[in-house]
Formats: sequence, C-alpha cells, structure tokens
Amino acid sequence: MTHVANPAQLLEKVATDLENLLEQRGIQQPLMVGIHTGGAWVAEKLHAMLQLQQPLATLDISFYRDDFSRIGINPQVKPSRLPPQVENCHIILVDDVLQTGRTIRAAMNELFDYGRPASITLVCLIDRSGRELPVQADVSGQHLELVEGEHIKLTGPAPLAWEIKRDPAA
Amino acid sequence: MQQLQIKNGHVIDPANNLDQLADVFIVDDKIAAVGKKPPGFTADSVIDASDCLVLPGLVDLSARLREPGAEHKATISSETRAAAAAGITTLCMPPDTDPVIDEAAVVELIHRKSNTAGKSKVVTLGALTHQLKGELLGEIDTLKKAGCVGVSNARRTFKNTLVLRRALEYAASRSISVFIEPDEASLSNNGCAHDGPVATRLGLPAIPEAAETLAIAQILEIIRDLDIHIHLGRISCSRSVELIQQAQQQGLRVSADVAVHQLYLTEMDISSFNSQCHVLPPLRSQQDREALRQGLQRGIIQAICSDNQPHEQDAKLAPFPSTEPGISALETLLPLTMKLVDDKLLNLNQAITSLTLAPANILKLKAGSLTPGRAADICIYKPLQEWTLDARQMVSHGHNTPFNGWSFSGRVVHTLMNGQTVYQHKA
Amino acid sequence: MSNRPTRATDPMLGKDTWNIQLDDKGRLKHFLTIEGLGTSILQQILDTAESFAGVNESVKKVPLLRGKTITNLFFEASTRTRTTFELAAKRLSADVLNLNISTSATSKGESLLDTLHNLEAMQCDMFIVRHEDSGTAHFIANHVAPHISVLNAGDGRHAHPTQAMLDMFTIRRNKGADFGGLRVAIVGDILHSRVARSQIHALNTLNTGDVRVVAPRTLLPKDIENMGVQVFHDLKQGIKNADVVIMLRLQKERMQGALLPSEQEYFQLYGLTEERLKYARPDAIVMHPGPINRGVEIESAVADGLQSVILSQVTYGIAVRMAVMSMALGPKDGNTE
Repeated sequence: MTHVANPAQLLEKVATDLENLLEQRGIQQPLMVGIHTGGAWVAEKLHAMLQLQQPLATLDISFYRDDFSRIGINPQVKPSRLPPQVENCHIILVDDVLQTGRTIRAAMNELFDYGRPASITLVCLIDRSGRELPVQADVSGQHLELVEGEHIKLTGPAPLAWEIKRDPAA
Repeated sequence: MQQLQIKNGHVIDPANNLDQLADVFIVDDKIAAVGKKPPGFTADSVIDASDCLVLPGLVDLSARLREPGAEHKATISSETRAAAAAGITTLCMPPDTDPVIDEAAVVELIHRKSNTAGKSKVVTLGALTHQLKGELLGEIDTLKKAGCVGVSNARRTFKNTLVLRRALEYAASRSISVFIEPDEASLSNNGCAHDGPVATRLGLPAIPEAAETLAIAQILEIIRDLDIHIHLGRISCSRSVELIQQAQQQGLRVSADVAVHQLYLTEMDISSFNSQCHVLPPLRSQQDREALRQGLQRGIIQAICSDNQPHEQDAKLAPFPSTEPGISALETLLPLTMKLVDDKLLNLNQAITSLTLAPANILKLKAGSLTPGRAADICIYKPLQEWTLDARQMVSHGHNTPFNGWSFSGRVVHTLMNGQTVYQHKA
Repeated sequence: MSNRPTRATDPMLGKDTWNIQLDDKGRLKHFLTIEGLGTSILQQILDTAESFAGVNESVKKVPLLRGKTITNLFFEASTRTRTTFELAAKRLSADVLNLNISTSATSKGESLLDTLHNLEAMQCDMFIVRHEDSGTAHFIANHVAPHISVLNAGDGRHAHPTQAMLDMFTIRRNKGADFGGLRVAIVGDILHSRVARSQIHALNTLNTGDVRVVAPRTLLPKDIENMGVQVFHDLKQGIKNADVVIMLRLQKERMQGALLPSEQEYFQLYGLTEERLKYARPDAIVMHPGPINRGVEIESAVADGLQSVILSQVTYGIAVRMAVMSMALGPKDGNTE
C-alpha cells in the first residue's frame, strides 16, 4: 500500500484547497456539517482552521442508513445538531473516509429532510477506492487505491491517527 | 353358545381379591369362571394374554359424550369407540346435554344410540333440577325409573340454598344418589385459573379454593340429618380432602372422585397460557396435588375418573380466558393411572380398584369385577409396551389434551364387552 | 384449520415460553411481556429510546421503517395508547393501519384467528394488539405468519410492557442508570393492573433495590409477594423514603364490584396529597401512567407539582415505542440476507 500522510498533514492540504474552492464559488457564509464520528472530528479541526462564523453542525446518519434490515438499529446514536434552518444554506459536508458513497447518500437524504440547501460541497480526508454509488468529493486530502480486505479508519479525537488493517489471508 | 378362553394372563380383580396368573372362561356374554376351567367348557376361541394384565373393564364416573346437543365436538359413537380403545366398558354421563337429561325420552335416546354403537355401556345421571336451572325440582323418580343411576346438577348453580336443600331432601326420599361437582359460582366468578401465584402473574381471573370448599362444607351441613349418598366429583383442593375425611369419619355417606389430570398437572402448567390446561376446576397448587394423591392412597377419595370433555379445535384456539375448559381424556385414563403405579404413588391394586370396583360401587352397578355370572366386560392391558400419545391419532373426536407427546409404558391391547371384542390393538 | 406451523410452547415439551420474543440470535422479535427478557435487552431498549428522544426534540421524522406497515389491532378502545403508537410509527415513516374491532363485531362470529389471517393477507409487518383477555398477544404471536412481529399494547391484567419501559426510561432519566439504590412504590389497584405487573418485572430485572406495592387488601392479587415485591396496606409506610412513587388509576367499576366503598374513602386512605408525599424522599419523583383521576388517587397540587414527571412520561412513551418498533422490525432470522 502506498504511504498515507498523517491526518495533520492532510488537514493542512484540505483546509487550503477548501478555502480556494469556496472563494472560487463565491460562497461566503457556509454551514459546515461533520458526519459522526470521524467526520465530526475532522470538521471540528477544519472549522477552527477556517475560522468559520456559523457554528459547527453535526449529523448522525444511523436512521438514514440503507442497511437497517441487515444490521438493525444502532443503540448508540449521537444527536444530530443542525440549525433549525438549512433552507438556502451553502453546506460543507465533512467526512473522514469516502469509500462506497452510501454514508454520503444517507447524509444528503437527512439534510434534505431538514430543508433545501443552496449547495453541498463534499470534503473528505481520504478518498479511497470502492465506490458503489456515483458520489465524488469536491476536496480530498489524498486518494488511496486499496485492495479487497484492506481497511483504513480514523481514530481520535486526540490525537487523530490512521488505523490500517488487513483482513487475514484466506 | 360361544365359549371364549383368555389364557396366560395375570388377573387383577380387587372385588374377588385376585392378583395372580389365571385363565378367564367366558360363555356367551357372561363370565363363567376365573382360574379353574368349568366342567364341560370347550373353548371356541382363545385370546392369548401372555405378559398381560387381565382387568375388569374400566368404569368411568364422568365422561361427557357431547350428544345430544354438541355433536360438532363429539358423538356417542366416537366417544364409546374411544372408550373401548381405552379399556373402558362403562361410561357415566352427566346430565348437561342439550336437551338436558331431565326426561325419560332423552335417557332412552342415549341408551338407544349407545346400544347401536355397541362399543361401551353408557349410564346416565338425571337432572336434579328442572333443566338444570337450579330453581325447580327435576322429575327424579321418573328419571330413576327410566334408568338413571343417580342425579346431578352438573356444574350449574342453585338459585339459593333452600332449593339445594329441598332437592337433596327429595332425592334422599327417592333413595337415589346425588352426584355433585362442588362449585360456589359467586366465588368462582367466571374465573379460569387457580387463585395463586401463577394466576396473579398471568393476570388471569382467579378461582379461589373457597369456591370448592365452601360448596362442599355447605352440602355436608345440609346432609347431616338426611339419609343420602352424596358423591363429590372432581375434587381439586387439599382442604376439600380434609372436609371429606371428617364427614366420612362422622358416618356420613360421602364418596369422592378425582379427575386423573389433577393427579399430575398443577397451576405451573398454565404458565405459558397453554389452553390445553384450561380446566374446571382449575389446576391447583403442588400442595393440593400432594393432598389429592394422599387422599387416594388413604381411601378418602375412592375413584379416579377421566372427566372426558372433548372439544372441536376452535374451542382451544383463542386467548386463554376465552377458551373452553376441558380435556379429551378417555384414552389417557388408564395410562396416567398406571404411571402413578410406576412412580410408586399408588400400588397396583389401589389403582385398579379406583378405576373398576370403586366407581362401580359408587354407581351401584354390577360392574367393575370379574365375578362369575356377571357380564364379561374385560380389559386386557400389556405393561412394558412403550408408546407415545399423538393427539392427532386419538380415537375420540376431541384432540384437546395437554398430554400430547407424553410417553407411556403400557397400553390396552384388547377390550371385551359382554364377551364380544370391541377393541383390539393392531401392532 | 390452520396449515401454518405454530411454535410449540407446550411446557410439557420443555420449550421456554417467553423466548418466542427473541430470535435465535437473541434479537427482539415480539414484545409481549417483560418476563423472560434479560437486563441487556431492557438496557438496549432504553439506550435506543435515548436516540429517538433526540429525534422527537427536533420534531423530525426518520425513514427507518419506510415501506413497513404497522397495524393497530385494538379490541379494547383506547385513544391515548393507540395515538402514541401511531405517532411513533409515523415518526419512523411507517404506514399505519388502525383497526378498532369492538367486541360487538367479533360477537358476529369471526374468531380472533380468522381476523388475523384476513389481516395477514394485507401484507402487514407488525401487529400492535390490545385485548381484554390476558394472553392474547402471546396467542397472536404463536399464530401469525413467521415474518410478522407482535407488540403487546395491553392484554387483560397480564402485561403492558411498553408502558413499563417508558416508566423505566423516566426513572433512568431522573435518577440515573443504577437502580440498585432505589426504593420504588407502586400504589393503587394492583389486582387489575397490567401496568403494575410489567413494572414489577422490569424493576426487578433492572435490579431495583426495593420494590413495593401499596394497596387495600381487596385490590391486591394473591401471593403477589412471589413476584418480588414487599406488600404494604398503609400509604405512609409504603412510600416512606421512596425515590419513586407510581400512582395507578382507580377505575369507577371497582365500587360496583364491592372492592371499595367509595372514591372519597379511597382518597382518604390512598390518595397522594402534598402532605403524604412528604413521607417520601424530598427529591422523590411522582409518576402516573394516566389518565389521571384528580381527587381520587392523586390531588392536583401533586399531579401538577414540581415532583411530578407525569407529562414527560407521555413524551418518553413515543421514544420508547419507536425504539421497540425499530428493534422488532430490524433484522431477524427469515429476513436477513
């Protein structure tokens, strides 16, 4: 596997790229929304680094997952904290690792249940192989090609670090 | 002239103090001799009863046959067939049919049907009160002359104690036995389970033991100055056994029976809302069951009956309180009684007596024994023949039994009524 | 004549009754009674309810049970309970069917089983059942098609498990998760109360320190101590130093059955007044499953007072029902991939 930059380095890159992108798109008062759990940690850092004015929001997608009939209800759901009005907001949606795209699909469904945003910009630290839905990151720290059986996960909240695992060979 | 010999069987006949290997000699419909071949006897046919017990045909003190009136549940034909398969040659029916057995015509109808079926003998109890309503007296003497062996109000209530007392006085004056299923309705109050920890936990409407004991105490007081035989049927409480014992010691003519399921099951068995265990009187506590067993051992309770109550399937397919009470019980009467012997709760002689001689005496019938000159009603039973009860295979039209799946060691292999084979087990 | 295989719960065959509530992996499938459920399943219900309590606070609807059909099968009329179940189902985006089958309809001959089979033909996923016969939910669970879940909304005097769970949730929210140091008193018509029975089971399963029932003799069932409670006939003694006082509703019919002389006398002896509440701990909470009979079992000053958590019980009731529904309609043997 190729070398993975540590989260701190990736955060630097993402913050810079994101700032540029927001300026390009003319987005001035974005609402940053971090997806529990890893995405919320990342968003907390980014929110501080970009000195965003609107308070940080978080989202728990447990109730919007598409695998309820396989996995069932997660008893440890964290509260989603969103402002009452997302109508016409420019949202920056933040997650730690983008893989299949299903988490993002669930998050977007949940956001739309709150209201109609003006736009959603997707930010992730690691954009890895394994997409199952047509979802793309607008800003990502690093792209990773992983093979079947390789997993990467963010641990935290302090320090933020990557946990890389490989399933035992069959 | 038909001459039948039952060879090599072990005869148990409490009436004649027999418990030994002996042959039985039958001429036409009667027993000619037991043990020694009578002079001039030549067997036309032989039944080999090796490894079997040869018993008097069983006498069941309470079996509901559902006909007339509830033929969707069972019929005289189906139940007498089941009785024959169970070694029961005499069945006693309570009067709560529809129409009620309160006129001679109904008695005749029942006798006609059972004779036509020809599988088991049926005797009837007539209605103590008109239509069993507990208000007006039944035509007790007419019923007696029509053939009823006793009178009863089944489990129905009396309007008040005065009517009960007068009914007992009148029955005493006609010299007929009164068969009571003791129940004080205002205390039973439409309950369906014994008032105890299980009914409490399951939230089931409860029947306190006082519903039975009060009814018994009341009757015993009333009959103190009457010359009457009272039979108390389907006793379920330990306190009832005490009351009966006291009455017997005081010289009152009181007999009692217990339904065989009460000797096994307790309130614990309804824990899963098992409607097959919904019975009246309800299954009581373990202490009650112990007292019933002891009452039987000590002769306070003389007889065991089936309390047969066959039902159609729907009657038990509902939430517990809405199901109908009762067990289809003919085919488990003897096996469960023999299990008591296996478990050393009764000796064999007591067990057989409780199913033959004792009920026959209570009904004042010439039955329940192998006395020469009497009808050849005989049950041949093979111990050590393992089998498992499959409710769906029962002969009775009622398959409602909590004993489904139980294993028994021993089964009826041959039943004779009036010297004729009415049942033979096909291996 | 049913061709459906029914699960054998014949005690003679040694199968455990209440385990029909769990599938082979120990997941909740039916919710019929607290009996037979261990501490961990109850904790799971409470934890899951916590998540849903948050959903309700943001007045949100979640798509968890979209596409599922939940049928309210109420043989006993009850607007309150039915409404909370309906709300809970709708907040999970399930479709709801309400069937109020009055007893007069079933007296027209259709058996309970026939009613059930007709409903199954309508592609239902869950039945929520309320009936005046104890054991009805259990009976229905034993006779429905294998993929259907059954939730007991109250069967006779036997059980009302969702009420008990919302009561436990309320206690946990106010007194913390450790029930070991708590003294809880349940006051009123225990004899006729399915709520009380379920509460007793739940409190004991959660290892509550001291569980008490307080009632006149005529309103106590026989051998209730066997369920794991201390019995009191005197209100002040019974609620002395209690952390939680649960008042039960007294129904007017009790006077007809010669169980009590009058509401006034009952209130004199067992009504919770401000004066009597002082016998409990100063931080004790007052609960009531509702609806309240003011001036009969509880006086308004207490029902509306600072120690009362009665209104919050209603809110928690929705979250708890959402939790139970989503657990029961989650993956189970038979519909996992």
